[in-house]
Amino acid sequence: MTSAAISSASAAGQPAPAGRADGRIDCDVLVIGGGSTGAGVARDAAMRGFSTVLVERADMATGTTGRFHGLLHSGGRYVVKDPKAAQECIGENIILRRIADDCIEDTGGLFVTTPIDDPGYADRFIQGCKATGIEVQEIGVAEALRREPRLNPRISRALVVPDATVDAWKMVWSCVRSATQYGATVLPYHEVISVIRDGSRVAGAVVRGPGGELRIRAEVVINAAGAWAGKIAAMAGCEVKVRPGKGIMVATNHRLVNTVVNRCEMPADGDILVPIRTVSVIGTTDTLVDDPDDWPISRQEIDEMLTAGENLVPGFRESRTLRVWGGVRPLFQDEGPAETRDVTRAHAVLDHRARDGVEAFLTITGGKFCTYRLMAQDAVDAACGVLGTSRPCRTADEPLPDSGEQKFYRIGSRLAGRERTLHDEQLICECELVRRGALEEAIARRGAASLDDIRRALRLGMGPCQGGFCTYRATGILHQATNLSAAEANRALLEFLQERWKGLHPLLHGDQLRQAWLDDWIFQGVLDVEHLPLAEQERARV
Amino acid sequence: MTDEPAFDFIRDSLDHCVKCTICETACPVANATPLFPGPKYVGPQAERFRTPGSSDDGSLDYCSGCGICSQACPQGVHVAEINSRARATMKQQRRMPLRDHLLSRPSVEGRLATPVAPLANFVLSNRIFRVLAERTLGIHRSAPLPTFAGRTFQRWARRHRPAAAEREVVYFHGCSANYFQPELAEMTVAVLEHNGFRVLVPPQDCCGLPLQSNGIFDTARSYVRRLVGNLAPYARAGNQIVATSTSCGLMLKREAREILGIEDDDLRVVSEQTYDICEFLADLDAAGQLRTDFRAVPMTVTYHAPCQQQGHGIGKPALDLLALIPELKVIELDRACCGIAGTYGIKREKYDIAMKVGQGLFDDITSSAADLSVCDSETCRWQITHATGRPSVHPVEVLHRAYGL
Ligand SMILES: Cc1cc2nc3c(=O)[nH]c(=O)nc-3n(C[C@H](O)[C@H](O)[C@H](O)COP(=O)(O)OP(=O)(O)OC[C@H]3O[C@@H](n4cnc5c(N)ncnc54)[C@H](O)[C@@H]3O)c2cc1C
Repeated sequence: MTSAAISSASAAGQPAPAGRADGRIDCDVLVIGGGSTGAGVARDAAMRGFSTVLVERADMATGTTGRFHGLLHSGGRYVVKDPKAAQECIGENIILRRIADDCIEDTGGLFVTTPIDDPGYADRFIQGCKATGIEVQEIGVAEALRREPRLNPRISRALVVPDATVDAWKMVWSCVRSATQYGATVLPYHEVISVIRDGSRVAGAVVRGPGGELRIRAEVVINAAGAWAGKIAAMAGCEVKVRPGKGIMVATNHRLVNTVVNRCEMPADGDILVPIRTVSVIGTTDTLVDDPDDWPISRQEIDEMLTAGENLVPGFRESRTLRVWGGVRPLFQDEGPAETRDVTRAHAVLDHRARDGVEAFLTITGGKFCTYRLMAQDAVDAACGVLGTSRPCRTADEPLPDSGEQKFYRIGSRLAGRERTLHDEQLICECELVRRGALEEAIARRGAASLDDIRRALRLGMGPCQGGFCTYRATGILHQATNLSAAEANRALLEFLQERWKGLHPLLHGDQLRQAWLDDWIFQGVLDVEHLPLAEQERARV
Repeated sequence: MTDEPAFDFIRDSLDHCVKCTICETACPVANATPLFPGPKYVGPQAERFRTPGSSDDGSLDYCSGCGICSQACPQGVHVAEINSRARATMKQQRRMPLRDHLLSRPSVEGRLATPVAPLANFVLSNRIFRVLAERTLGIHRSAPLPTFAGRTFQRWARRHRPAAAEREVVYFHGCSANYFQPELAEMTVAVLEHNGFRVLVPPQDCCGLPLQSNGIFDTARSYVRRLVGNLAPYARAGNQIVATSTSCGLMLKREAREILGIEDDDLRVVSEQTYDICEFLADLDAAGQLRTDFRAVPMTVTYHAPCQQQGHGIGKPALDLLALIPELKVIELDRACCGIAGTYGIKREKYDIAMKVGQGLFDDITSSAADLSVCDSETCRWQITHATGRPSVHPVEVLHRAYGL
């Protein structure tokens, strides 16, 4: 068993399920993909009493789930265009507020008619909300501006809906914790390299992890690989058309709004500004790409986002922007229109027995982050069908660990918490208020050598200086707390800097450029990171 | 109606922070106590975790509001202003001690105590009362409190008959000169009249500064609005307004806008026409219009430019003026802050911090050969005298003496 798996299980305070010494695991349900969907499926299956294994090729929530826009949709966005998706959204919105409050900030949402929007859309929007059961309330422009003073004062209408924001990493890890509490084995850094076929049946998969290859045999395999679902299906000899729809987002240095602000218009590019944690994120775009692992972000796309931000919040262009990133939507398309926005955002469970004559193999695809629970429910219901049993789903009622008390997180809670240790504990990441104790605990819990994995757990290095001041501190602590060699610690430092730089350099200007120069001076000028001692093969990797 | 400007340039200035930490090394409070996490922490860093109406870090209250961080920041972050606003939010969320209300209303106290000044002064200097006041109100028993003059400058000004003059200037004297030190205000009038001005003294009340620094923004706003309402007609008529209280002058010049967020025409025109008295006189001198018939003053004095004075961004015009006086030897003290910061050092939990902040300054003064210490700000003068036992005067008092008025 690898350290990665043990750690995810011990996070839940449970003994790690023992792996087989011969590199084999048998289970009822094998879930492929550790995004929101896969994590939700694993939890659901484990809760229904199936012995469950989840495999993810990298860290949890590093696919689309960790790169999304952060919105717990009310459904408002889809009421006119895709009422089915809207209905799913509002249903799940209500459930997640109940079972996952610790992962949600109850920001509320506004749909505003900006000067470039069709003023008539608001009426269709209201009708759509009523038809799909989404609470909607129109407020005056003055009231909207009182609530969000930086909004474009030239908006003509404003509608309030129950949008919220959600922390994807927290949600996925909560599902993982819950799943392991119910006995599931969760294996990050285990990539499926082939699917095991037993005649017309899929019988499991071969995965490659840090400890080598592992054969996982399962009664049913659920493909939850998001935009990669087509590739997994192909390994099983099935065809699934999941088109990767790329979207990019830009984060500002601090929150410009505290409510989710949407343009009241048919879904378009750059029409939502989301306050998530300490930043506001403008997004997004939608362009078909060929390969979910390889796509560029162009300057023109970035510029479009800044313009879109300016339309919602005048002065957006002058605001400091931290970084740009993108993700790929799993757009399921059997046969239909090629424009990605026209593909339904509702999800589908594919039973490959009916489609391809391949048994014990299901693909769950499409959907959204905020419908992950329902997707999981449908997938595990189908798995029950394959296994010939019927066990009820309980995920809509049982709260995730740390949730269930209607206590949504607040942006200020970290600041409030810091007051308690102000005088006795070092602050490692000043921007995101990451304490030394929290860092050490996360390192121990994950047994991880990657600062980027720690980042997702703690928001290390995600603030204004983008790791400029915390990377060297965190590396020192990582080195001390683990048995990394100096060369490995150096590599961890360089990889983290490299990862931060990736999202920074495409839009460096203004204040962030000044910051980058200072950071550069620290790392090149003072620490001379270019010449840190690395093992030979390490040097080639970075 | 709220006074928050739509485009919040104070909060937005946090974007300029590159975390260089220069503000933290310059902060006199952070250097004196670990209770204050420092201007970078409570300013641009913590601000990212605040939403309107919520401020979660009580430690922010240890900021003295001296404003040195904003002056030191090479990137233009309005650190102190961000903190002041956050403190106001925090005070709104929590129950505010009665003390902070009391310390914030000098003009109310002035009106009540002036007719009974001997009694009021007796009480304020009485040891038993002060111990009680410390226990019940949290006003430190040793903190320097002013004494009531028993008369007001306003009353003097109403009866004062100036000689004919060609030029006019408006005098914004503030509460301190009105109730505690009317002689300073009278000397100011004499110095200005000596230079050919007729001094206009419009009716005026508190500018709201102590309310603002104690986080009581709503009331502070109504005070400052009323004050600028009184001063605006003069400013519109082209009159310049001079102030002998540096911090109250700063309120009109920029804090009412930058901290209280007031955007209105009265304030704009008043702030454009407001000058610190030394700034005004030094400008006159630069234009060749200041009378320089100074007598020799064969003394040695120290000069401390208070942090609030430095907030004006006008250099140290008092030094230029004092340099005009024959035989006066001036020792410029290079210290940032005396610690008092308005009402900060008066509070029980902050008195020791304030004394520690000012220690270097006090040492410089007591180890100097100076007869007198000169300083523009009243609360700083009280603190300096309290800590050093040496008299402390406003630069105008020295000019007055040198003019032989
Ligand atoms: C730009 C953008 C913005 C979005 N914004 C929102 C939003 O605001 N709200 C919302 O609800 N939804 C949003 N979505 C949609 C939402 O993010 C996705 O629908 C959802 O996260 C998909 O989750 P998933 O688990 O299906 O896929 P993923 O998170 O991509 O998970 C699939 C996982 O499979 C893994 N994998 C791939 N190949 C293998 C292999 N061979 N072996 C093992 N593992 C493998 C991948 O590493 C990946 O982690 C957004 C999408 C995009 C692109």
